Amino acid sequence: MAGLAEYELEQGDGGAVLKLAGPYLVSTIGALDEELRSLEGPIAKVDLASVSEIDTVGAWVACQIAGEHNAEIVGASDRAERLLDALEGLSSDYGIAPPRAPVWVRVPEAVGEKVFNARSGIVGVVSFLGALLISIARLARHPRNFRMVALVRQVELVGVSALPIIGLMSFLIGIVIAQQGAVQLAAFGAETLTVNLVGRITLRELGVLMTAIMVAGRSGSAFAAEIGTMKLTEEIDAMRTIGISPMEALVVPRILAAVLMMPLLGFYASCMAIIGGAFVGDIMLGIPFLTFLSRIQEVVPTYDVWVGLIKAPVFGLIVALAGCYHGMQVKGNSEEVGLRTTLSVVSAIFAVIVLDAIFAVFFTELGWG
Amino acid sequence: MAEERGTKSPRRHERYRGEYPIIVENLKNQFGETVVHEGLDLTVKRGEILGVVGGSGTGKSVLMRSIIGLQRPTEGEIEVFGKSIVDAEPDQQIGVRDRWGVLFQGGALFSTLTVGENVEVPLKQFYPEISDELREEIARYKVLLSGLPEEAVNKYPSELSGGMKKRAGLARALALDPELLFLDEPTAGLDPIGASAFDNLTRELKETLGLTVFLITHDLDTLHEICDRVAVLADRKVIAVDTVPKLMELDHPWIQEYFNGPRGRAALTAQAVDELRRHMDDPVAARAVKALDNARSSRDKA
Repeated sequence: MAGLAEYELEQGDGGAVLKLAGPYLVSTIGALDEELRSLEGPIAKVDLASVSEIDTVGAWVACQIAGEHNAEIVGASDRAERLLDALEGLSSDYGIAPPRAPVWVRVPEAVGEKVFNARSGIVGVVSFLGALLISIARLARHPRNFRMVALVRQVELVGVSALPIIGLMSFLIGIVIAQQGAVQLAAFGAETLTVNLVGRITLRELGVLMTAIMVAGRSGSAFAAEIGTMKLTEEIDAMRTIGISPMEALVVPRILAAVLMMPLLGFYASCMAIIGGAFVGDIMLGIPFLTFLSRIQEVVPTYDVWVGLIKAPVFGLIVALAGCYHGMQVKGNSEEVGLRTTLSVVSAIFAVIVLDAIFAVFFTELGWG
Repeated sequence: MAEERGTKSPRRHERYRGEYPIIVENLKNQFGETVVHEGLDLTVKRGEILGVVGGSGTGKSVLMRSIIGLQRPTEGEIEVFGKSIVDAEPDQQIGVRDRWGVLFQGGALFSTLTVGENVEVPLKQFYPEISDELREEIARYKVLLSGLPEEAVNKYPSELSGGMKKRAGLARALALDPELLFLDEPTAGLDPIGASAFDNLTRELKETLGLTVFLITHDLDTLHEICDRVAVLADRKVIAVDTVPKLMELDHPWIQEYFNGPRGRAALTAQAVDELRRHMDDPVAARAVKALDNARSSRDKA
């Protein structure tokens, strides 16, 4: 077949001659390279006279073989000659992959680093919170520096545009709780208690908790990615040189927006869940829709609403703080942005669930059981 | 993956023998209401370094992106190595993508791979049958060929300076021994020493590897030093393609301002003085250099 690289080893006086023929290009060398390298010596000459085409890869292989057998390269065309000259002295034995320690060193090192960094991570978050509070205090003294437009924009992004998805999610959760609850309660003949179940669990726990998780996924990750990218493109540094504090311009509006929006979103989510429950009550349990809603008012104590509403801004703070903190920690390359975004969502959700457990114990001890 | 490899176009076994590796005819590019190119014609000769100049926003990069198939033109025909680019999808195999190398403005290195691994990527993609050992050797000598020190091969792009990133990008562009090289402002952001070293490297590589180079630049020194011809983009088309001295005779306001403005003249003088210095044994040249040096120092004082 035409267009294939070939070779022939010819015995002659003064040693063997390796005759190369055909195209010696990056596209044809792959099939031949290992055979050529495993040729038995001694080879005195490498003849390139019948090579039809050659590029640096072909020249490189010829060079390597000649070097290995201490052979002379003959019959090279002008072009081959130029390529061989250009390649001379270009060999090196640096590894392509970055230097890597063996597993038994790498793993303990990584674990140690993680533990060590956890300490500085906590210090980092706490000092970030401190810097945030200082910024807010400074803004309180100089309210003219406050960025109202940025706040409104963030309120729109965190709050208003989250309404459809949070509404739909809560509505479906309400349906599931009511439906599953009704099935279980029917065993005791207590289907009517479904109203209590739906009302109390959504207002106290699930409404706010699910909203916090949703906001962490929607907005916390967006904060980390936005601020992280701005960090990479040196926008944050540019702000600092102009005398704008990134804390005031970027972090405060985002955190305030989350803190302000979380109670509203949480309450809205609870309402949607109750509507979902009432919907199921109407269809499955024969409780009229409006009766279900008015029963809610009777069976849910007011402090349940307060429990939800008190937790919400704290969760909002945690979620936004995690997003902004991790965003500000980005340095290096685009991979870091992804890593930090993931980390911000994971740590925010984890912290929210831990805090929720603490709140649950706290409020029960308080007598708001 | 397997399917993609199965439909791969026939391997190249020959270098392109035609006269014009790039032919652009009647190109039109339009973004919304903005017409960037209209009726643009350009041919690139085999074995030349073609410089492309034009004011900001005249669509130099858009032209390059059209030619390499990243930007589908509104109208017109583009042929590279005799194959039409216009109808092909950006990812489709049409047998030209392994014959060109592209150096993007910022280097566009893959940030999660080392320099050596970056060079390996096109080799792995197009020629998976090449053994790991040979592929690593190729990556190493390409890095050295681009003028990087050998320890750069296992560094990540974020550990490199701007000039080194450009060279690493060039090493990746050269990975497949292309016949056609696209350079988008290779000397932008480099210091004068680095820029002129890069110019020399481009010229040397063009001569040893027999490359055709499509070079977008703003650097007047680059134009004077290494470009065989220069294409001028203005009024949405290529208004002239010629050598720099012939372009300077043309009577177009932008060309006049560009080449005969203060920077253009400085680049020209610098080149002339360099030329004269090479003939210092000739008394006339020696006197001319002296006179020019005196003129410059007195102007500095004033």
